[in-house]
Amino acid sequence: MGVELFYPEFEVVRNYDRCIACRVCERQCANEVHSLLESKGIMISDESKCVNCQRCVALCPTRALKIVKSNCTLRENANWQNDTIREIYKQAQSGGILLSSMGNPKPLPVYWDKILINASQVTNPPIDPLREPMETRVFLGKKPERVQRDETGALKCELPPQLELTMPIMFSAMSYGSLSYNAHASLARAAEKLGILYNTGEGGLHEDFLRYGKNTIVQVASGRFGVHEGYLRSGAAIEIKMGQGAKPGIGGHLPGTKIVGDVSRTRMIPEGTDAISPAPHHDIYSIEDLRQLVFSLKEATEYQKPVIVKVAAVHNIAAIASGIARSGADIIAIDGFRGGTGAAPTRIRDNVGIPIELALAAVDQRLRDEGIRNSISLVVGGSIRNASDVVKAIALGADAVYIATAGLIALGCHLCRTCQTGRCNWGIATQRPDLVRRLNPDIGCERLVNLLTAWQHEIMEMMGGMGINSIEALRGNRLMLRGIGLTGKELEILGIAHAGE
Amino acid sequence: MRIDATELDFSALNRAIRTSEPACEITGCLGQRFIAAGMDDIDVTIEGIPGNALGAYLNGGTITVRGNAQDAVGDTMNAGRIVIHGNVGDAAGYAMRGGEIYIRKNAGYRAGIHMKAYRDKVPVMIIGGVAGSFLGEYQAGGLILVLGLERGNRRIVHNFPCTGMHGGKMILRDECQDVIFPSQVDVRKADEQDRAEIRAVLTPYCACFGLDLDDMMDAPFTVVTPSGTNPYQQLYIAN
Repeated sequence: MGVELFYPEFEVVRNYDRCIACRVCERQCANEVHSLLESKGIMISDESKCVNCQRCVALCPTRALKIVKSNCTLRENANWQNDTIREIYKQAQSGGILLSSMGNPKPLPVYWDKILINASQVTNPPIDPLREPMETRVFLGKKPERVQRDETGALKCELPPQLELTMPIMFSAMSYGSLSYNAHASLARAAEKLGILYNTGEGGLHEDFLRYGKNTIVQVASGRFGVHEGYLRSGAAIEIKMGQGAKPGIGGHLPGTKIVGDVSRTRMIPEGTDAISPAPHHDIYSIEDLRQLVFSLKEATEYQKPVIVKVAAVHNIAAIASGIARSGADIIAIDGFRGGTGAAPTRIRDNVGIPIELALAAVDQRLRDEGIRNSISLVVGGSIRNASDVVKAIALGADAVYIATAGLIALGCHLCRTCQTGRCNWGIATQRPDLVRRLNPDIGCERLVNLLTAWQHEIMEMMGGMGINSIEALRGNRLMLRGIGLTGKELEILGIAHAGE
Repeated sequence: MRIDATELDFSALNRAIRTSEPACEITGCLGQRFIAAGMDDIDVTIEGIPGNALGAYLNGGTITVRGNAQDAVGDTMNAGRIVIHGNVGDAAGYAMRGGEIYIRKNAGYRAGIHMKAYRDKVPVMIIGGVAGSFLGEYQAGGLILVLGLERGNRRIVHNFPCTGMHGGKMILRDECQDVIFPSQVDVRKADEQDRAEIRAVLTPYCACFGLDLDDMMDAPFTVVTPSGTNPYQQLYIAN
């Protein structure tokens, strides 16, 4: 210890008038914060291990516990903040790269919160979704530019493969390995019940989940873990992962300690070995090379599955997206810089990439300008937090959104941001059987279904308010949006007017 | 069954292979990509030059090329055998998990990159001539064997072999005095057990190409393995 000693970040406040020393907190905490002091028969805590996941607070039967942010901090300094100093101590001690979990927590602009949605008044009256039909169904995939007829004048109805979603929302890639079996089971079942899709991430596919195939997107990333012919055929679509919003430009690394049992089986690598996904696909150095991977996947699956190319939102995203649209991909997924992760270097998560709102607006506009918007569907993720974010994303030009963190929160995640430890007390980001059991997939599925059913209702209400009865009529309809407190440049990129204009 | 590929694009050629009998011979192949991608239970012989990603995601069967092949041969293949009588381009056997790739002559950059192994699946790539730079980069499993035949004064492998290697084994038929290996691998002379393993994997290879097994074995072999399976573990500190 010594110079780097820091008072713990959180304090465990225990109300001894209420505590009955039942030891629930002790059993529930995988971080081993709580223990019984046998000599006095009272519970004590080691705050230095606390990650503020609130598990003990939630399960304490007498509500005797509270976790609060410690006010024992260094002298206030707007430049050298406590976290900054703490990180320096950690690195001075270890020489390691700082590793964090979940999305960027920094106070950077959230443009969704600076965009307002329109509603009809007097003319073009609002529609009541409780009384009138309201279409939230979307189809993802290439669309023909124009109606085509054969020699006899009959319509040509053959379309490239499409994904049908009951609402413009999908669960984005989270691998089995970063998530627990029960978390994956919850997502897969919910996707089936909701008529949407979930995504395997780069962790392969557990055989128990094969039956959710038509609601599954299988991912192919640079490490190609678990990728084989049967895997490619078992999903409804194939996603090539080029990048991730939380860590653009770098690869993935699941430590050998997490490659155990079934996780080793689905990734098809031996137990205990590191699963390293290199930063690039080493066979992709150009759009032409990407096209080669897209078509090798299409050939291997006989053109039955749409191919998604997922990239992180980076500075030149519009040009990149234009290239992807020309690579033969059916869908492009863009992940913004607030996107979540099971583990990413802190510096990269917090400093690399751009907000999804700006990336989306820039990409949609670029594809329209080039006349290729219909040749590809656009899915965006990277912190879609609620139904109004969804509506704003659609109005900015997205065909659908990817959500992940919101889904995990529905499953019980309290955003303590320590997934990388593998000791998730909520049974979500862990492989420890005793912890995994805490997440009941029946309840998990139900909560996810509840969440998205509620969002769907809210989306319909907002659409109805705008006098729009089909999500298709909302897509790219930027007249329905106004900016608030944005600069001229921001409004220009977003392609929206300021409130009052 | 014979398939004339002269007028066929890659999709049409693959459809022809899928609908033909398992054993078929493709003539007039002129750079068609993705031949036999994702297939199994096939026995395809190719006259001419197949394009990139030959046998990608191959899941069984045999592909024989009576000439050179281009980039990404056997990309992510899971089972089966690909036999190339000439040279291959870059990134051969990318992330292959099972089966064999036998190359009679030379391989380009990044051969065997991210090759892995799992349970009974232990992929084998044998390169008869020399290999380009980054051989076995990120290798996580399986066996890469380079023979260095007819190499003149060229090094058996070019720069940066085994970068990021964390599993499997690489064997070079040479003393490798002029090859620089990274620090996280162990390099040693082949012992008797290694030589028995080499003999076993070379037997079918020599049969494919009509080479003399004893001649092949009559040389020094260098064996390279990673020093640990978690070479990058210490790089991080939880924040």
